Amino acid sequence: MDRKEWPLWEVFIRAKGGLDHKHCGSVHAPDAKMALQNARDVYTRRQEGVSIWVVRADQIHASDPDAKPELFDPAEDKIYRHPTFYRLPDEVNHM
Amino acid sequence: MPATTAAGAAHLEYVLRLGDSALILGQRLSEWCGHGPVIEEDIALTNAALDLLGQARLLLTHAGALEGRGRDEDSLAFLRQENEYRNLTICELPNADFGRTILRNFLFAAFQLPLWEALASSSDSQLAAIAGKSAKETRYQLGHAADWTVRLGDGTDESHARMQRALDDLWPYTAEFFAPNAVDTAVEAAGIGPAWSALAPAWEREVLPVLEAATLAVPARTPFLSRGKEGRHSEHLGHLLAEMQYLQRAYPGAKW
Repeated sequence: MDRKEWPLWEVFIRAKGGLDHKHCGSVHAPDAKMALQNARDVYTRRQEGVSIWVVRADQIHASDPDAKPELFDPAEDKIYRHPTFYRLPDEVNHM
Repeated sequence: MPATTAAGAAHLEYVLRLGDSALILGQRLSEWCGHGPVIEEDIALTNAALDLLGQARLLLTHAGALEGRGRDEDSLAFLRQENEYRNLTICELPNADFGRTILRNFLFAAFQLPLWEALASSSDSQLAAIAGKSAKETRYQLGHAADWTVRLGDGTDESHARMQRALDDLWPYTAEFFAPNAVDTAVEAAGIGPAWSALAPAWEREVLPVLEAATLAVPARTPFLSRGKEGRHSEHLGHLLAEMQYLQRAYPGAKW
């Protein structure tokens, strides 16, 4: 089989119950079943996880890196969006 | 039970069979390291080799204790002669191509799994503990190998032809799994483990549906019987041992 035919899958691992799945890398595989198998063999050899998600890389839509200025720079001077300007009662310790 | 009694000797033989089969197949699979068809399968085969090596370490350590002559896992693994190994012959056969390697893994894992499950209730508590840990590893390896067996058997004309040839060549060696033997009788009587002949139905339940899904024709049984578990090996084991034992033979007692 021509390995170039194997699509790329992005791999997300949940390190332990209650945590999010985090992107950790990618594998090549002809279908989802084998992508999960390959992800298990490549990315959980050292007890990294308890759950795996895989998703075809071509199913992920990414923002345009060239659009970074208009997408993200405008947030730079809008510091008031962080809820850090409220005066909290002393009883509230852990905000 | 000391290895000097007949029952003790059978117990030791039985554990060596398990340990040596895992050791020798683990060594074979490690030959794939850096040569897998894709990086993912390269790592998968190395993982399988490490699972087997881990099983071999536990089993050979236990065999050394049963033997009671002060031999540890390393002296059993690296300092015995060819005819002292008790592995199934199928484990020592060359890997050949990826399909044949996978098919052998499948046929062997399908034998290991019911064996581990039966050994979980062994009267030998150490063996039962090893079986409990190993069953999980084998269950994964069996799934991985079965999956590939179907993909390749029911794949292209070329992959199907290669898998059928591999099955025709490997199938006769599976008769050894179940060949009755005096060691089995003694071990079964002592509640240490099942006679391997009793595992044939469970093995077939695992193997036959996968071969059918893989569109592979199951060869007829022949009188051929390999005898690796009695220490009578094919011409391939000596070469494997020459490589595996090289370091301990060239630098006795070397540690790292």
